[in-house]
Amino acid sequence: MVPPLIELTGATKRFPSGSGSVHTAVRDLTMTVQPGEFVAVVGPTGCGKSTTLSLVSGLQPPSAGRVRVNGADVKSIPDGVGYMFQTDAVMPWRSVLDNVASGPRFRGVPKAEARAQAVDWIARVGLAGFEKYYPHQLSGGMRKRVALAQTLVTKPKILLMDEPFSALDVQTRALMQDELLRLWSGSGAAVIFVTHDLDEAIALSDKVVVLTTSPATVKDVFEIPLERPRKVEDLRLTEDFRKLYADIWESLRSEVDKAREKGANRVA
Amino acid sequence: MSLETPAAPAASLPVLETEQDILTRAKRASSRRKRNTWLLRLALVVVWLGSWELTATYWIDPFFYSKPSRIWQRLVEWVTSGTDFGSLWYQLWVTVEEALVGFAIGAVAGVIFGVILGRSQYLADVLAPFIKAANAVPRIVLASLFVIWFGLGLASKVATVVVLVFFVVFFNAFTGAREVDRNLIDNARILGAGRMQVIKAIVLPSATSWILSSLHTAFGFALIGAVVGEYAGSKAGIGFLISNAQGTFDSAGIYAAMIIITVVALLAEWGIGNLENRLLRWRPSMSTSSQTVI
Repeated sequence: MVPPLIELTGATKRFPSGSGSVHTAVRDLTMTVQPGEFVAVVGPTGCGKSTTLSLVSGLQPPSAGRVRVNGADVKSIPDGVGYMFQTDAVMPWRSVLDNVASGPRFRGVPKAEARAQAVDWIARVGLAGFEKYYPHQLSGGMRKRVALAQTLVTKPKILLMDEPFSALDVQTRALMQDELLRLWSGSGAAVIFVTHDLDEAIALSDKVVVLTTSPATVKDVFEIPLERPRKVEDLRLTEDFRKLYADIWESLRSEVDKAREKGANRVA
Repeated sequence: MSLETPAAPAASLPVLETEQDILTRAKRASSRRKRNTWLLRLALVVVWLGSWELTATYWIDPFFYSKPSRIWQRLVEWVTSGTDFGSLWYQLWVTVEEALVGFAIGAVAGVIFGVILGRSQYLADVLAPFIKAANAVPRIVLASLFVIWFGLGLASKVATVVVLVFFVVFFNAFTGAREVDRNLIDNARILGAGRMQVIKAIVLPSATSWILSSLHTAFGFALIGAVVGEYAGSKAGIGFLISNAQGTFDSAGIYAAMIIITVVALLAEWGIGNLENRLLRWRPSMSTSSQTVI
């Protein structure tokens, strides 16, 4: 048995909320991710999915419990972690080339070599010829490709993705999902992919973790035994996919309902 | 009542404008608009100067109010045969040198302190009351003090310029450094950036548009500082010319000096605008309209 690459044990995260009380975003969360495994995390809106990622990335320390990566407690940003944020995090003042090269540059790789690596990854994400463009000159989907190249150029062993495609239109999103699977399949990286889109979660992952409404904890874990390589848009139409969807939705629905009720109370 | 006749088939409908027509019309309209704008500007200047000239010639005393033709004469005289205190270019250079040196020191110090305090909430909280107080002081008065401290030469004017420029740049750099997108910083940290790299790669570029827009105002202040500093006590410079013109009731001289300073400010404005466009190439097409010179 391979030891888990990522291991959260009873992880809890509390924040001081503005009104003087304490808000618990994540409570007693226990999950593991094996090397090379693609795990999707789904849950109702605002339940603490992103907090889970920031615990693993070391951007925030847990309030209780344990977060271990590679068998060691996470104290700062662990080696080999890539993180794709929900909103654009590419630097608007750097060209595509310089954006993608910035990871290696920050890590002390000489300029020429960093650029060579960047050119290679820009081509792999399908942006060859756009090296000199600035982010504002690109479409939303292309900016996501830049972000993907920027993250993958550092050859992460752990890829954390926080609803990276949620801002894209449906067709672009499906395209980017295929691209992600293509690029990931050769990398051997473990992925934690946070999303509220159940379709996306099933189509991409080996394992779907359903979180409860806030404070988030693991409600159910579903294995996704669909064959790879997958074609996201064809996959959605298969019987197996629909069956999995129905099962997981059954689990997720009650949480979504609870979240809605809470939201309604807050509005009222 | 008759029914409308059905529309004729598209082929037989007349073509009212071709793409060529649309383009030429748009081009002609824009060039006409540009020409009219300039004509109107010219007309405004003619009306303004003309009415001033007429009033000063027939109704009011040009000794106090001067008039365009006299101001022009004074300018020509200064340029061709120099001022009473040596060549005009020397006077101009003295003022510009004071403004530039003070501007450079003030702007650099403003950026450094702005970024440090913008990144350190604690330091900002500690120093906030002092900064607010220092900003509330009518700093222009310090010009007199600086003359006592540093004498009549360059140093006292530079000091005046620095205290004026510093706060303008400081507040913008501070806001700019504070408004940096949290995501960008997190992203850079994940990509492996250390503290200094975050400042260099994220904070400074992100604050650049704030800083650059403050430089427009700041250079205006730099000129004001230099002129007021000279006015408070000096041996040369445009401010010294103004002070001297006042002493000799030479209102034309005051206007002429004012015009020279205005030209310098406009040139600097143009230069800073260029710098801004170059450094901010990455921004989606921005308008070059936000220009403020005091």
